[in-house]
Amino acid sequence: MTGSSGSGGNTRSLIEGASVPRFAPHAKFRFDEVRQAWIVLAPERLLLPDEQAVEILRLIDGERDVDTVIDELARRYEAPREVIAGDVVAMLQDLVDKKVLRR
Amino acid sequence: MTAVEPPLALLAELTHRCPLRCPYCSNPLELSRASAELDTATWKRVLGEAAGLGVLQVHFSGGEPLVRRDLVELVRHSAEVGLYGNLITSGIRLEADRLAELAEAGLEHVQLSFQDSDTASGDRIAGLAGAQAAKRRVADLVRETGLPLTVNAVVHRQNLDRLGEIIELAVALGADRLEVAHVQYYGWALRNRAALLPSRDQLHAATAIVEAARARLAGVMVIDYVPPDYYAHRPKACMGGWGRRFLNVTPAGKVLPCHAAETLTGLDFPSVAEAGLSEIWYRSPAFERFRGTAWMPEPCRSCERREIDWGGCRCQAFALTGDAARTDPACALSPDHELLAGARGDAEAAPPSFVYRQHSAMHPRSAELVSSSA
Repeated sequence: MTGSSGSGGNTRSLIEGASVPRFAPHAKFRFDEVRQAWIVLAPERLLLPDEQAVEILRLIDGERDVDTVIDELARRYEAPREVIAGDVVAMLQDLVDKKVLRR
Repeated sequence: MTAVEPPLALLAELTHRCPLRCPYCSNPLELSRASAELDTATWKRVLGEAAGLGVLQVHFSGGEPLVRRDLVELVRHSAEVGLYGNLITSGIRLEADRLAELAEAGLEHVQLSFQDSDTASGDRIAGLAGAQAAKRRVADLVRETGLPLTVNAVVHRQNLDRLGEIIELAVALGADRLEVAHVQYYGWALRNRAALLPSRDQLHAATAIVEAARARLAGVMVIDYVPPDYYAHRPKACMGGWGRRFLNVTPAGKVLPCHAAETLTGLDFPSVAEAGLSEIWYRSPAFERFRGTAWMPEPCRSCERREIDWGGCRCQAFALTGDAARTDPACALSPDHELLAGARGDAEAAPPSFVYRQHSAMHPRSAELVSSSA
């Protein structure tokens, strides 16, 4: 049995342009004062995102969809949208698979 | 030599008391009594010092941490000081109201142990009748609170042939994550090694099952797999290196670089009663002793992997050779690597009975719950 309240599910969520990702309830994205670095904490996971990953994660607020996040980053970096899109979708899918993000 | 970085995680072993008697328990052969345990105020001080030192995650463990009456208070304090709290439990006697209190206090994650997928075998390995049924109920309770659930399965020759069923059990319980960890052979597990070490054929079959399940369950359940180093070619990077990422506080307050380190003789591990965690982490001789690479003998010293596996495991080197400063015999380059061959040979013979873990001033006795021929 799988409870509807928890994060467990028996199908994989796939990230698309219209997906609205948000952090899972028990994933913490915060600034660590001791290390002076952004960190992600999740069950048995500690992620130390690099500068670009931090830029992406700071746009994940449960309201923006993935297309909007890509548009914003393409504008910021003045980079081709399809290049940004590939990186963003791959990273978000990895974090969904790790149960750090939900779609 | 690079600067010493702050630790990432604290294993808080609140007690050695436990309703289970698993024959591979990671607690030492000499178990602490309840009367020797740190009090609530001291644990709260330790948790605060850990957060100040840079620890990010705290694992409440034991023994069985639920036997501590102050567990909710300690979880609440850990959340208040900013630690990410994880409960490592057998689940025995965990009721819905206490779990709700733990969640409300700020617990982030529950790791629930299963000894097997099969009920009779699970109860026999745990040394407690009714254990498996109790664990299934607790898994449902955890799902109902909305806390992430990891199923911890320690595997060995007496349950490894059911690894496929263990994975299915974790999926059916709604686990977010499954940790399949082969027994590590120190303390109780070393005493029971001939009853626990799998054969090479069993291991190969298990590895294939894990790989297939990972592909099939991508995005559904994360599977972490800890292989047995008795069949390895290179040693594990034990604890990510001595005094690099991890510290452990025992029920009586000793501060260790890993949970098995008290097996090492000749090292004076400091107590939280004598010094703060920061001083212990950065300056105690015990934490300095095997930190980095300067202590290493050959073949480690000139090895290109010296900062990948950090010489392997000090406790394993000591347990097998009597010298904690030797290369881990799990490494094929170790002059002691042949020591593992004899143990692997035992895995082809019939397993002896378990020596169950127990509190004892004398030698542990073999104590059978039910027939070991199952």
